[in-house]
Amino acid sequence: MSSLDNRAKQYWKENIRYVLILLSIWFLVSYVFGIFLVEPLNAVRIGGAKLGFWFAQQGSIYVFVILIFVYVNLMNKLDKKYEFDEI
Amino acid sequence: MSVQTWTFIIVGLTFALYIGIAIWSRAGSTSEFYVAGGGVHPVANGMATAADWMSAASFISMAGLISFMGYDGAVFLMGWTGGYVLLALLLAPYLRKFGKFTVPDFIGDRYYSNVARTVAVICAIIVSFTYVAGQMRGVGVVFSRFLEVDITTGVYIGMAIVFFYAVLGGMKGITYTQVAQYCVLIFAYMVPALFISLAMTGNIIPQLGLVGDVSDGSGMALLDKLDQLNTELGFAEYTNGTKTMTDVFAITFALMVGTAGLPHVIVRFFTVPRVKDARISAGWALLFIAILYTTAPAIAAFARYNLINTVSDKQYSSMPVWFSKWEETGLIAFTDKNNDGIIQYVADAGKNELTIDRDIMVLANPEIANLPNWVIALVAAGGLAAALSTAAGLLLVISTALSRDLIKMQINPNVTEKGELLWARIGAVFAVIVAGYFGINPPGFVAAVVALAFGLAAASFFPAIVLGVFDKRMNREGAIAGMVVGISLMLWYMLKYKFGTFDGGKDAVAGLKDGWWFGISPEGFGTVAMTVNLIISLVVSRLTPAPPQEVQDIVEDIRVPRGAGSAHAH
Repeated sequence: MSSLDNRAKQYWKENIRYVLILLSIWFLVSYVFGIFLVEPLNAVRIGGAKLGFWFAQQGSIYVFVILIFVYVNLMNKLDKKYEFDEI
Repeated sequence: MSVQTWTFIIVGLTFALYIGIAIWSRAGSTSEFYVAGGGVHPVANGMATAADWMSAASFISMAGLISFMGYDGAVFLMGWTGGYVLLALLLAPYLRKFGKFTVPDFIGDRYYSNVARTVAVICAIIVSFTYVAGQMRGVGVVFSRFLEVDITTGVYIGMAIVFFYAVLGGMKGITYTQVAQYCVLIFAYMVPALFISLAMTGNIIPQLGLVGDVSDGSGMALLDKLDQLNTELGFAEYTNGTKTMTDVFAITFALMVGTAGLPHVIVRFFTVPRVKDARISAGWALLFIAILYTTAPAIAAFARYNLINTVSDKQYSSMPVWFSKWEETGLIAFTDKNNDGIIQYVADAGKNELTIDRDIMVLANPEIANLPNWVIALVAAGGLAAALSTAAGLLLVISTALSRDLIKMQINPNVTEKGELLWARIGAVFAVIVAGYFGINPPGFVAAVVALAFGLAAASFFPAIVLGVFDKRMNREGAIAGMVVGISLMLWYMLKYKFGTFDGGKDAVAGLKDGWWFGISPEGFGTVAMTVNLIISLVVSRLTPAPPQEVQDIVEDIRVPRGAGSAHAH
């Protein structure tokens, strides 16, 4: 197995790890906070809104935006580390 | 100046701008026509994607829907934004590296099969046509209300404009026009929202106003006040929905996955120069979309509060001018059941005297809130920008499917670039005409069919593309079996439970509700159909031969960014 193949394998493994972590957060803020736990979270308040409701209509969207920019950042570093970045 | 004069001025100016851009950015090659030459800056692409994505439904209908659905409206808010996370993490960078022009291109090459390509072309065309019909209707509605022409004339004007820049400019013209349209639509959406938020909560930022207190001296939080008003009138509490948790989950998931599988969205990521640009432009797109999507729930709450305060238990004779104007369009209707001259707006259908079409909440909101005439005209221009930009993006997918996926890849592979470009333009002309026809003679089920588009995209494309990248062992047999079963199941469920086709038509639909699988509505069934597709693909692929070595090499290659040239034809 050539070193390029190895490099590509390692790169892919780390990429998958990032994707899994970020998608868990994606699932947590929207489905867990916004839907499954909406009732208990509604007992907590953020400003004039119930927290579960807020996550469903506001908070999850903010987190989505942050997630993509974090991923972009992580991947740009990863591309460099494994020398797969585009010239 | 009157609303109408303002509307003519603002709409006229924006249209002149779009046409100017179209002439400046004419497409000269197939690469320019399909993917804008692959040289679009990620921020510009983000704006264009946002405008492409946010349709008349997002701009005109969504806040109104949330206004009447309360908490349940979250299915649209999360469903139509969360898909971009999937796009950025699972699809966009790899499809960009793959470097072709269309989604059927990817399916056909990755699964080394023209059958797979044809299945993908059919899905792309069905999804895009169902979607575009709704857009042309939206154009007609805005024109008819604000320019006081009839809906048919409105649709013709819209067709002429879209025709001009989609046919001339292809993806290049569309992209730069969409950048301008994003600016127009977001400005038009935000100005009234800022005004109303300031007036109602004392906070100019609508996202903060939503969680703030009502400035009516009561010191109550806006959302608590709404809960109270809704409960008094017999509706469900605003911050609690009426749908079951399973259904909310299923609909949200189907919309997210459907978003990530829509061809007119995916194709936007072919237009940037590099893989890293594809990733970041998904980020920009979602940021630009989020500005509108986090404002929409605020507008929904403000509008609900304003509406109840203006009409509930008030004299019909003392209603403001906007009320009678919208009555003329048939979108507001009042029947005085107990003949007391007072509007009873309550949940109880027997006593309720007021019906309001959800679509007018955004369009009428500035009037309800007494904003200046130019703001009302601006909203009209914004609605048109949203509808036209989405229509153009969809028309491009249809024309590309025709010229490239059908003519070039299947019928006549020897067609010259000039010939292919001509076919693309003929395809666009054809698509504009069909879309216009649906705009003038809308099928009674436009809204239902749009939900079908998401379900179809979720049940067909999404698993095939994701597995194509992440599962090297996925082969032709698995992908085709998955797509065919996924789509068929989705279609069957929609026909049975949405249209009542097998049980005596529309009237039977309500009675079939108990038969829903796991209590999931047809809108959310894409989640189930997608899961079935996924399982079948995996099982069938493991029982049939592995894909050929060169295909496995393609998969290795698209997983790493280096070496992504501009999108190429061969």
